Amino acid sequence: MADTAMHSPVAYDVETVRADFPILSRTMHGKPLAFLDSAASAQKPRAVIDTVRDVYEREYANVHRGLYEISEAVTDRYEGTRETIRDFIGAASTKEIVFTRNATESVNLVAHSFGRNFLEEGDEVVITELEHHANIVPWQMLRDEKGIVLKVAPITDDGELIMSAFEDLLGPRTKLVAVAHMSNVMGTILPVEDIIRRAHAVGAKVLIDGCQSVTHIPIDVHALGCDFFVFSGHKLYGPSGIGVLYGREELLDAMPPFMGGGDMISSVTFEKSTWARLPHKFEAGTPAIAQAIGLGAAIDYVNALGLGAIGQHEADMLNYATQQLSSFDGLRIVGTAPNKASVVSFVLDYAHPHDIATIIDRAGVAVRAGHHCAQPLMHRMDVPATVRASIGLYTNKADIDALVSALGDVQEFFG
Amino acid sequence: MSDDLRELYQEVILDHGKHPRNFHACEDATNEARGNNPLCGDQLVIYLKMGEDGKVADASFVGKGCAISMASASMMTDLLKGRTGKEAQTMFEAFHKMCTGEEEDVDLGEGAEKLRVLSGVREFPTRVKCATLPWHTMVAALEGQDEISTE
Repeated sequence: MADTAMHSPVAYDVETVRADFPILSRTMHGKPLAFLDSAASAQKPRAVIDTVRDVYEREYANVHRGLYEISEAVTDRYEGTRETIRDFIGAASTKEIVFTRNATESVNLVAHSFGRNFLEEGDEVVITELEHHANIVPWQMLRDEKGIVLKVAPITDDGELIMSAFEDLLGPRTKLVAVAHMSNVMGTILPVEDIIRRAHAVGAKVLIDGCQSVTHIPIDVHALGCDFFVFSGHKLYGPSGIGVLYGREELLDAMPPFMGGGDMISSVTFEKSTWARLPHKFEAGTPAIAQAIGLGAAIDYVNALGLGAIGQHEADMLNYATQQLSSFDGLRIVGTAPNKASVVSFVLDYAHPHDIATIIDRAGVAVRAGHHCAQPLMHRMDVPATVRASIGLYTNKADIDALVSALGDVQEFFG
Repeated sequence: MSDDLRELYQEVILDHGKHPRNFHACEDATNEARGNNPLCGDQLVIYLKMGEDGKVADASFVGKGCAISMASASMMTDLLKGRTGKEAQTMFEAFHKMCTGEEEDVDLGEGAEKLRVLSGVREFPTRVKCATLPWHTMVAALEGQDEISTE
């Protein structure tokens, strides 16, 4: 395996990184915690925890309203985070960065505001077989309401998108292509540059679900050319309750508000209201203030380590996990695309994923077992459920070793 | 390995899990229902054939699930035969109390003592639904519902 030092100017010291995450020093059932569920939600570094606490202890007030020092200060920090995010994903302007609760809300915002107003009966939305429910259900709801057509691009047995079949689905009625950048179940990285180019060639807009990719791969929405990009803060080592919708300014400008209320208006009379400018038009009500600022701290933390170095470390851990698991008796990895990151899903031919998760929990190993909010994909891969071990920037070999050792306990019962 | 794991995965459960009894569809079932556990995606179908005497003449199931749900469905279908709908309901209530730990030494009823092997689930709150899903589905079938969900 390649030495990480060859790939980044400073060697990535995972033990130093781990010391930044207080929770990693706790035990579970008396065993060292091996946290392998970061794809569901990642742990938080001290910098994020301290930032959130600092907001509440020193500088909390509502934003955009107060005519006093701490309200102005917290508004500056909150809006400053928008700039941090803009820079992180390469957006042209902070007007293109809309705060939401999570990526699910971001997709729903696009389905409601863009979908309801710019899609007509018979128009087509194309997704793929590997989508999370959050990128399936909002389009089904739109289909049932508006009579649009939902088309699903197939994947191979390895978990890769079949590009020719995807292209065959594109046509003059395709108005939106909504795809995951990275599978939350299999780790497959989709060729989004190619997808965006082909979708734009037929005049369709493109939404990228970046929930999984944004923690592993540097994102440049401008270079990608996507029209929408969504992600959640809590998978990016930030607080839960804060998510992001990036949208190209001219699109967001043309879209009507998603929800009505305070903070999203310019003026209100009982006869008529006018909307605030971007991005506030889409942010009705008091937002998740401390959470947004906490997400800014998380991005600062990730930037300081560098996504290049993080990605290389995670690739090393993924290789190690794949090697260790592949040789385990009766184990089959689900999702074997050559281009994948940070996620290993697997099944054992003698034990159900839930039984596996229960047994290894007692050994201090935290994984996800189930359908991972991707039931159609489970059906496609012909498994009722999988065990998913997912890797974060703090994952070390000891975590993987703990998993493999605990699988020995499963084998003892069921093998 | 922890004692509560050994308590949960006793030989009897592993055996029923690997070789479930009454694991087949039933063409002439009088009552059937589908049970879903949306948390894990597990699904099973319970088939009951009620006799003219009001008793369960035959009970079977199909589905995919963990060792706990398979063992629970396997043992339940064995025990249902010869019982009336009301007796089945009573057995369900006692079993449910045992699994949730609501009643420590609940009386499981005549001939149903063997179900106590599943009582280890009460130490695993997230797994209680695995054990009770077949039972909820059985009750739904008796009541004429087509489908139930544990959530």
